[in-house]
Amino acid sequence: MNEILQGYNFAYLDEQTKRMLRRALLKAVAIPGHQIPFGSREMPLPYGWGTGGIQVTAAVLGPNDVLKVIDQGADDTTNAVSIRRFFAKTAGVATTTDTATATIIQTRHRIPEFPLSENQILVYQVPQPEPLSKLEPSRGETRRMHALAEYGSMHVRLYEDITRFGHVAISYDYPVMVGGRYLMAPSPIPAFDNPKLHMMPALQLFGAGREKRIYAIPPYTNVRSLDFDDHPFCAGRAPHPCGLCGSETSYLDEVVVDNKGGRLFVCSDTDYCETRRAAGHVGADA
Amino acid sequence: MAYVAVKGGERAIDNAHAWLAEERRGDLGISAIGLAQITEQLGRSVDRVMAEGSVYDTDLAALAIKQSQGDLIEAAFLLRAYRTTLPRFAIAEPVDTANMLIRRRISAVYKDLPGGQILGPTYDYTHRLLDFALAAGTVPPPAAEAIAPEAAMPRVADILGQEGLIEAHTDDGREPGDLTREPLRFPATRDVRLQALARGDEGFLLAMGYSTQRGYGGSHPFVGELRVGDCNIEITPPEIGFAIDIGDVMLTECALVNQFAGSKTVPPQFTSGYGLTFGHAERKAMGMALVDRAMRAEELGEDANAPAQNIEFMLYHSDNIEATGFVEHLKLPHYVDFQSELETIRRMRAETGQ
Repeated sequence: MNEILQGYNFAYLDEQTKRMLRRALLKAVAIPGHQIPFGSREMPLPYGWGTGGIQVTAAVLGPNDVLKVIDQGADDTTNAVSIRRFFAKTAGVATTTDTATATIIQTRHRIPEFPLSENQILVYQVPQPEPLSKLEPSRGETRRMHALAEYGSMHVRLYEDITRFGHVAISYDYPVMVGGRYLMAPSPIPAFDNPKLHMMPALQLFGAGREKRIYAIPPYTNVRSLDFDDHPFCAGRAPHPCGLCGSETSYLDEVVVDNKGGRLFVCSDTDYCETRRAAGHVGADA
Repeated sequence: MAYVAVKGGERAIDNAHAWLAEERRGDLGISAIGLAQITEQLGRSVDRVMAEGSVYDTDLAALAIKQSQGDLIEAAFLLRAYRTTLPRFAIAEPVDTANMLIRRRISAVYKDLPGGQILGPTYDYTHRLLDFALAAGTVPPPAAEAIAPEAAMPRVADILGQEGLIEAHTDDGREPGDLTREPLRFPATRDVRLQALARGDEGFLLAMGYSTQRGYGGSHPFVGELRVGDCNIEITPPEIGFAIDIGDVMLTECALVNQFAGSKTVPPQFTSGYGLTFGHAERKAMGMALVDRAMRAEELGEDANAPAQNIEFMLYHSDNIEATGFVEHLKLPHYVDFQSELETIRRMRAETGQ
């Protein structure tokens, strides 16, 4: 694909830095959902563009891994292309768009539609790791709130939505409780994806480069989207089948096709959609 | 209609970068700018990029400025990214700014003082009139020269310190923190704060320092001293056991003298704010010193309600590499989240019957 960049260590970061990252990752796996501060490095990509995910991927990547990178569920969005190229160039690893073949999947804003397995690692890019940040801007204070499991303010925020709108109006980055202990930001995945976090066989790692935090959900961990007994969590998708593959269950992108209000709904997970079409599924607009 | 899933991200990126390179070079009929021209003639830009990029290397800074088409934050980012890949082979001895080879040194609190007032190469007192002779390429007449003073030039803070009029700073023997290796933690100690500010954005420090003068956390500052010049950098390799000089760096140091504080146990004394930056960067050093002093409000028993006095707020927002990355990341696709917002808002509107 690309020539391997000379003069840099495997996967760009030096071994000392990777060791530091792995220590933070081990700690994160040991305390599911708890944010571990780490010595985030300046990467050759800007903060906010996946530096946390890139550092986590660099720390877990081996020469035999097969890497898939998606942004918005798609392999060919520009930033996904850029990150995939970065690792092809600095680590020379094999890359793929096939979800099943990948051993490491770095993602921004989506969880793939196909269920992941125990042999896979899902690495999330996280812009804001602190789920309480919109309620309390001080990280000193939110740290204390996590230590005391003082999450009442988040319940109040959900309750206020219910009194105003009749339901919770958070549609992405919907807060979850991990292992019954830590409130966690799942990164800005649509709430539709939240149920996939629960009891996932794959290891889930979260990297926030600018905010310098790492956290994790180990395989088969209980993850519950915050809700109330009489207002259970529910998240929808656009009420249409995919125009290309006909899927009635996948998360959809809405594509504006003309100036007269025309819309096409297609799977956001491009690999899922292509695999289904290759298997003979056909949507109404294909 | 036939819809083709959007492909071609790779080709778009390659083409965009090729266009960028062409635009950067500009009109081929005009000679390309050389790095030496940048280091020699755009020194203040080079200094700012070295300070915010946290690397003292004028040639690399010049390359970064050329590569970024003069976008100084982008240039600082290039230097920072390069810096991550460099091995750390030694930690320098503390720099002694009293032994600085002075280019400029002024004090606003004494009319005259040992070592004298040295105006140096400054824009102060220039009339800001566009110089059309400069556009025509006129070579300036040589400036008058003086013999460099031989004696070390005492710092004003040390002069005040002889009388015990200003708070004393002593080495507590603790290893200074390093936020390039360890993430910020709060409460952040002053060494870490100063490191963050030294790498911080000049515009941010200027604005926040200015806000303290306008009443948001003021502390009645005087410029005790501002000095610019070259300092030796020494390291002590363990193999030989004594310090060796590895080169000079130009530094700008600003020591503020602020209103006195005292208590039942400590007699009234002046306090200080401190700024130090790579290169010739007076505005930044002064902004840094104002902000440093403002952030000491709580430690000195003052009210701490103004933005510049909020340590967490200041340190989390002073770094322009972090800030520009996160602000500009909004350009990345967000259509998955936007779709979920669309569905939510449609649902709410349907429920209210609109």
